[in-house]
Amino acid sequence: MKNAQRVSYAQATLLSAACLVGALGLWWLLSRAGLFPPSALPTPADVAAGLGEEVRTGRLADDMVASLFRVAAGYTLAVVTSVPVGLALGHSPRWRAALLPAVNFFRSLSPLAWIPFAILWFGIGDTPVVFLIFMATFFPLVLATLAAVAEVPAVYFQVAHEYGFRGVELLTRITLPAVMPQVITALRVAGGMAWLVLVAAEMIAGRDGLGFAIWDARNGLRLDLLVCGMIVIGLTGAILDWLLSLLSKLPGVRWGYEH
Amino acid sequence: MSTNILAVRDVSHSFGGAPVLDHLSFEVAAGEVVAFVGPSGCGKTTLLRLLSGFYRPAAGAVERRGDTRMIYQQDGLLPWLTVTENISLGLRHVSEAARAGQLARLLQLIRLQGFARHYPHQLSGGMRQRVELARALAGDTSVLLMDEPFSSLDYQTRARMRAELTRVLAGRPVAVVLVTHDIEEAVLLADRVLVLSERPARVLCELHPEGERPRDVTSPALRATMKSILERLSLPHDFDGEGPEGEGETVGTPEASASPG
Repeated sequence: MKNAQRVSYAQATLLSAACLVGALGLWWLLSRAGLFPPSALPTPADVAAGLGEEVRTGRLADDMVASLFRVAAGYTLAVVTSVPVGLALGHSPRWRAALLPAVNFFRSLSPLAWIPFAILWFGIGDTPVVFLIFMATFFPLVLATLAAVAEVPAVYFQVAHEYGFRGVELLTRITLPAVMPQVITALRVAGGMAWLVLVAAEMIAGRDGLGFAIWDARNGLRLDLLVCGMIVIGLTGAILDWLLSLLSKLPGVRWGYEH
Repeated sequence: MSTNILAVRDVSHSFGGAPVLDHLSFEVAAGEVVAFVGPSGCGKTTLLRLLSGFYRPAAGAVERRGDTRMIYQQDGLLPWLTVTENISLGLRHVSEAARAGQLARLLQLIRLQGFARHYPHQLSGGMRQRVELARALAGDTSVLLMDEPFSSLDYQTRARMRAELTRVLAGRPVAVVLVTHDIEEAVLLADRVLVLSERPARVLCELHPEGERPRDVTSPALRATMKSILERLSLPHDFDGEGPEGEGETVGTPEASASPG
């Protein structure tokens, strides 16, 4: 990266703010240019008014709480089960031979294909959405953890053998910290997927939530509320990704990002 | 085994039917440094893994007294642990009270007192190697195995690390086995140099570099030892006709002419 330029925090803030203002200006121009009827492209002012309405009625807060709960439940369930499974598959050639084809099969399936089953098994509400988020994130996380174990340098295991690490201690004190940087990167990718699936799942299998709000706005031809929902979803997704990115700042994993 | 801490008795080993080591026998005493040189792929690393107990020999026996520690060719520090935590691996069975004192002494020994809380990626290659050395010497280490320990370092750092190793090991009752492709390193550091043949490795000859450490690589005696090693390995060299007065030039830089691997 010979030509890489360093950008200060202040410069980065200024640049992103300028881009945001530019995008808003472009949006305003397009909505005023008459290319589309006002009902098909609301202006920034319409959306701001819609946002105010959603906040005043409390519906935005309710939807956010519902969506965040579902993402947190499905995603946490996937993380706490997939990482141990990935570690076990990474360590055991037999388990890998037995289960890897199945993991690859389910990983290739779009999580949305499970929607009919999710509704039939769990009805409408929190559970089917949590189930869909789990299905969307579990298999990629297993594969990412497994791949990370395969890439652990053999010398770490030689050191582990030399200093007497065996069994659970080998797993928790050698393998897990060795794969953490890659697992954290996978957690960020999976977090993005969870948020994507949430919207689609709530549109079909939810009674509330940000995805349902978008669907409801579309049915009521309230495109101002629809765009408002899109903005909130985008912002919340970016904040969640930023929160997950803080994991990579932990002292015990920084080595994985600073080579 | 009298003063010998490590004894290898008629050890042979093979992988998938292909012989790697052929009836090796040698002993290493406390405080002695024995270097092994030989062609690339002759089985030097396999020998170290047998000595460490990571492999079991197909035939023969390896006898060790006390703890065996290894310094690896690749970076063997665990990158998620600080300098102190890495060194503490070697003190796992030492009581909490005694550990702090030993840690302080080891950090002083490798002159890294100010880096106790640093992580390996925050250190230079030479500093990391010193931490590995401290970790390997922590506790009751009686056998130290070194697998091309300085091969990844630049020439100057390597020279400094050789001096550092000599200083740290001085007076310690540790049996050291050094595997290296660098003949200059072997004659500078070892009490005995065992030259191994092509695979399956057997001992071609044993040489005794003269002089107290730290040694001068330009001395006629060491040049003669290096020449003998290169001749036993049938490698070309530029030792003939050059006197030791050749402006202190390092005779046959390790990479150019004094390295079989």
